Amino acid sequence: MTGVDRIAAGLVLGAIVSVGALAPAVAADDTIKVGVLHSLSGTMAISETTLKDTMLFLIDEQNKKGGLLGKKLEPVVVDPASDWPTFAEKARELISQDHVAAVFGCWTSSSRKSVLPVFKELNSILFYPVQYEGEESEKNVIYTGAAPNQQAIPAVDYLMSEDGGSVKRWVLEATDYVYPRTTNKILEQYLLDHGVAKEDIRINYTPFGFSDWQTEVAAIKEFGSAGKKTAVVSTINGDANVPFYKELANQGIKAEDIPVVAFSVGEEELSGMDTTNLVGHLAAWNYFESVDTPENKAFIDGWHKFIGNDKRTTNDPMEAAYIGFNLWVKAVEKAGTTDTDAVLKAIVGLSVPNLTGGTATLLPNHHLTKPVLIGEVQADGQFDVVWQTKDVVPGDAWSDVLPEDKGIEADWTDPIKGCGHYDTAKQACTTAP
Amino acid sequence: MATRLLRLIGVLLACLVLAATPALAQSQANAAMVDALGQGGFPQREAAIATLVATGDARVVPILQALSDGNLYTRISDGKVVIAAKAGSAFALKGPLDGSELGTAAAGDLDKIKINNGLRGKIRTAIGQMTLLSTDRATRLSAAQSILKTADPTTFELLQTALAAETDPQIKSVMELAEAVIVLKTDATLEQKRAAIQTVAGHGDRDALTVLTAALTTVPDALKPDVQAGIDAINRQLQLWSVAQNLAYGVSLGSVLLLAAIGLAITFGVMGVINMAHGEMVMLGAYVTFVVQQLLQSYAPGAMEWSLVIAVPAAFLFTGLVGIAIERGIIRWLYGRPLETLLATWGLSLILQQAVRSIFGPTNRPVLIPQWMTGQVSLGGLDITWNRLWILVFAILVFAALQLVLNRTPLGLQMRAVTQNRRMASAMGIRTPFVDAMTFGLGSGVAGLAGVALTQIDNVSPNLGQGYIIDSFMVVVFGGVGNLWGTLIGALSIGVANKFMEPYFGAVLGKIIILVLIILFIQRRPRGLFALKGRAVEP
Repeated sequence: MTGVDRIAAGLVLGAIVSVGALAPAVAADDTIKVGVLHSLSGTMAISETTLKDTMLFLIDEQNKKGGLLGKKLEPVVVDPASDWPTFAEKARELISQDHVAAVFGCWTSSSRKSVLPVFKELNSILFYPVQYEGEESEKNVIYTGAAPNQQAIPAVDYLMSEDGGSVKRWVLEATDYVYPRTTNKILEQYLLDHGVAKEDIRINYTPFGFSDWQTEVAAIKEFGSAGKKTAVVSTINGDANVPFYKELANQGIKAEDIPVVAFSVGEEELSGMDTTNLVGHLAAWNYFESVDTPENKAFIDGWHKFIGNDKRTTNDPMEAAYIGFNLWVKAVEKAGTTDTDAVLKAIVGLSVPNLTGGTATLLPNHHLTKPVLIGEVQADGQFDVVWQTKDVVPGDAWSDVLPEDKGIEADWTDPIKGCGHYDTAKQACTTAP
Repeated sequence: MATRLLRLIGVLLACLVLAATPALAQSQANAAMVDALGQGGFPQREAAIATLVATGDARVVPILQALSDGNLYTRISDGKVVIAAKAGSAFALKGPLDGSELGTAAAGDLDKIKINNGLRGKIRTAIGQMTLLSTDRATRLSAAQSILKTADPTTFELLQTALAAETDPQIKSVMELAEAVIVLKTDATLEQKRAAIQTVAGHGDRDALTVLTAALTTVPDALKPDVQAGIDAINRQLQLWSVAQNLAYGVSLGSVLLLAAIGLAITFGVMGVINMAHGEMVMLGAYVTFVVQQLLQSYAPGAMEWSLVIAVPAAFLFTGLVGIAIERGIIRWLYGRPLETLLATWGLSLILQQAVRSIFGPTNRPVLIPQWMTGQVSLGGLDITWNRLWILVFAILVFAALQLVLNRTPLGLQMRAVTQNRRMASAMGIRTPFVDAMTFGLGSGVAGLAGVALTQIDNVSPNLGQGYIIDSFMVVVFGGVGNLWGTLIGALSIGVANKFMEPYFGAVLGKIIILVLIILFIQRRPRGLFALKGRAVEP
């Protein structure tokens, strides 16, 4: 019996440890509660902790401006500890116990998929700030990160162009999970459609946290020695990036010869790397810290002041969180209430300024319009923008590249369509296969 | 009419003279040409680079190098192009042509001149052409290599001049290859081209293969069989080398596994403590390296190259002390209760991770890689990176030192005595609690050493240890609990098997297969490769 008690005590201890910051949930009528659902412990803490701080910063700024609807905003921070079932649990807690008006959170697609049923059942709103694989549009989710056509496809277009080096041979290097798998499916189809031969595409998957890249990098080198300009499109996630780039630098792969364009490497990831040997490798995002606009400068200054450290970087998901929060504020002001249905009705079509000098408009498919920027890694760990789309690109929930998604639309405003997967051929709402 | 004609001729002549003026100045790059680098977009910059290169002025080389390295800026106040180097929070400025000191400027007063990979490639070629006759060996070698990369037929004469004067065999071989590649591109005779193909094929490396594969589509039909034969010959050669290369990769992976696991071979293998916090000891060692580098950077920047050498004893001492504290504080109360030890050390690993996360932040910390650990060395067809080679050497040293400690020192004797028969050792006058603490401290200290090595190939983040804990247990159990030689052989065989499977099955499936094989092996031999014999194994 004592043994069991001790095990139970150990588990409780573990649980207490993994819950990093549990804000007190005091109910008060003169505040509007906002849920922040980001992992503060476990493997995803590396990325998500910054977003939690960003949300606290944005809420703080809004309160300084007098709050919302005459009330103060009150953040409710929970820690789902990088564990997908815990995400659903914590989301339920936020909505039904804390009665938050909206939730800002999640990073991985697995966590988003885990909380989806909760948001549908309890009818609340999730603002999701990370670039993802697309193939989804839900009534209760506002996607403020990039869809594949706002990141992956323009990046490939750039590399195919003369400016990008007229790349003819492609390595799709990826971590083995849903985002890279779907993105690669779309990219492979896109490349084949653009006349790239099957043998000029190499797709490779590695496990999470992979650290021994010797064989892979040597294989990339070999693949690149076929006499055609080669590039690597990397959807390598998280911790596996640092060893990958270290191996690239050591095996002497220069960006002039085989450039790597990454979709998951931003300023935050670079700050943990020695970038002197990585100059010239690329990343595709909708925002870079180095973009020189007054809005961005104000945002960075405010962030540094809030966090008390002027070395902290900003990154793309932070901008997405910024846009998402401002959209929500504007929608609540327009609707005059924080009621979910009223806010969802008000929010579509609203525009707020983004940080790169344009505006982000929320489309009926719950995705945003975004500019696409290609940045080059610099020795100081920042990106220099070398190319960008002339105009903002509207986010496409269902990729036009995939044959099974042809003619599928998402539209949450149309009284007839009004769904996330509308088949224009059958003229009916269908479910994704 | 005649006067008008004369006048027209006069105007034309004047135009010619005007047009020729830049041509007269061609031996000297001037400030206007340099300032043109800062204007317009990439196409204009490309033209400005071409103008500078056309002068042939040697002073252009450092300017282009600065541009390529991202150190060339436009001063906003007067539009002058300057070379800037970071000096504290401001930039120290230098005149690009004369190298004169131009004082300092704040970051906001300067505009960085942007550059992309295409331009970087062009600059590399240009610098190659301009420095091919340099007296410095390293400069000449990199010049020859960049000439080879583009193999522009216009450089043919320059190359032949350089080749005639070259005495260094390595540079000469690169130049000959470049020459052959250019011959293949020009309309030389079939015989010349055939000879060129032989030269290229004779090089037998990957560069040569790239050249031949590209040539396959461009050479006349009569030469295609020669090219194909060359490709086949190189491929056969590379095939042989690839076996050796896989072996080298495997040994390298094995050495990393050995380092990560060898501390556990002591705490788990020798002492029998299921130590789930082992990975966190590795992580702490990595953070010690980071802290050592930060301290050196502020107090002794000159010693940065040797930061790792300093970090080795620091990490060993720190993690060793943490290990002793853990043993005295927690583990000694739990001897003989493996389930509770497992839970306690697992909880401890979470506490340590979150503590590091609170102190250093959740993001990765940058650890600088010393110059002597970057790049790679080629041995025939083998490419071995320096950092991996050093880690291998380090792993062997750590292993040898541990063997010495365990077999040749009084502490080692006492450790073995206590783990084999605690009561008897105690009866002989050995202070068993002291030995327990020392043994656990030793195991933890060695884990810290692994952390120092891992900073060179992996992240320094709170999650670092988690990636290695499963592999470490796998190695120790597979090799045979309680036997350091077993750990060595286990680590190397897992590493090599992994690397031979990866090219065929991919990294994901390869790992699964290894895991299944080890499970099957443990079914057959529950005590691992090298089982301890005798009474000690039965508790």
